[in-house]
Amino acid sequence: MNPDHYLYLSALLFSIGAAGVLLRRSAIVIFMCVELMLNAANLAFVTFARVHGQLDGQVVAFFTMVVAACEVVIGLAIIMAIYRVRRSADVDDAHLLAK
Amino acid sequence: MTGEQVAFWVLGAIAVAGALGVVAARKAVYSALFLATTMISLAVLYVAQGALFLGVVQVVVYTGAVMMLFLFVLMLIGVDSAESLTETIRGQRPAAIAAGLAFGVLVIAGIGAAATAGSAAKPAPTLAGPAAEIAAHGNVEGLAVLIFNRYLWAFEVTSALLITAALGAMVLAHRERLTARKTQRELAIERFGPGGHPTPLPNPGVFARSNGVDVAALLPDGSPAVLSVSATLTPRRGERDAT
Repeated sequence: MNPDHYLYLSALLFSIGAAGVLLRRSAIVIFMCVELMLNAANLAFVTFARVHGQLDGQVVAFFTMVVAACEVVIGLAIIMAIYRVRRSADVDDAHLLAK
Repeated sequence: MTGEQVAFWVLGAIAVAGALGVVAARKAVYSALFLATTMISLAVLYVAQGALFLGVVQVVVYTGAVMMLFLFVLMLIGVDSAESLTETIRGQRPAAIAAGLAFGVLVIAGIGAAATAGSAAKPAPTLAGPAAEIAAHGNVEGLAVLIFNRYLWAFEVTSALLITAALGAMVLAHRERLTARKTQRELAIERFGPGGHPTPLPNPGVFARSNGVDVAALLPDGSPAVLSVSATLTPRRGERDAT
């Protein structure tokens, strides 16, 4: 099977995730869309590893997963900290510098 | 059609539908479940491409740990908090959709151009040199050889990153107790003072028709006992009438 199809799927998922980051207001959903983009990038890495017949791409995808896990932990903790102060997880409400 | 093609078209469709669901779902919990769907189908696609280890890690780390964390925070923040529909920036929604579409077209067209230019001339890749030697051991062993030899330094730095993330989460989620904890003596004085309630609170109602913690018990005169329903249930759906 032509591995290009996986790249198209990856690009499609990445674009949907990017559009979601722009569209949604809830910080948690924005975060989920970021995760979607990371997953799409991982799919591209795995596909390129297969195209080139080497495992290095898979190692990079593995490291991406580790970094994404750290990012989720810290990001959700920040969202919770903001929620405690502002009583809202809406990104439009977090405008402390504007006032 | 080979088995991989069938898997790709079925799971690819499911993954895209899940991704659209993440963006379009009204409630954040639905978004989380759609995202889990997409991640599981991606895991199967990894396995289909020969990345067995990554497929398993995807299920364990992403659909297991990360999505659990998402749902955990969702429950803490409040599942019911609706997203505000007022537009802070005028025309942001159509602009965002247009930007997403344009970006997608750009990337897919780029891949298409590269694919038509490159793949026709290039022969199918064959394993050569050390890669073939590594791959002969199988996916997991091959990855282990790479991670613990060539990428050992990155792997060690990763552990430092994980520890830092754990510490950061503890610092960010930590909350100082602002007032001193009440002693038993103070609690007893409060309970027996005016406005206190010295006995345990009454149980919620147990009736033939309805038997739930959100139904108030009846007092001897037939009126509902307000104290028998937990205060946290009241704002959610109100007390149901027992009579």
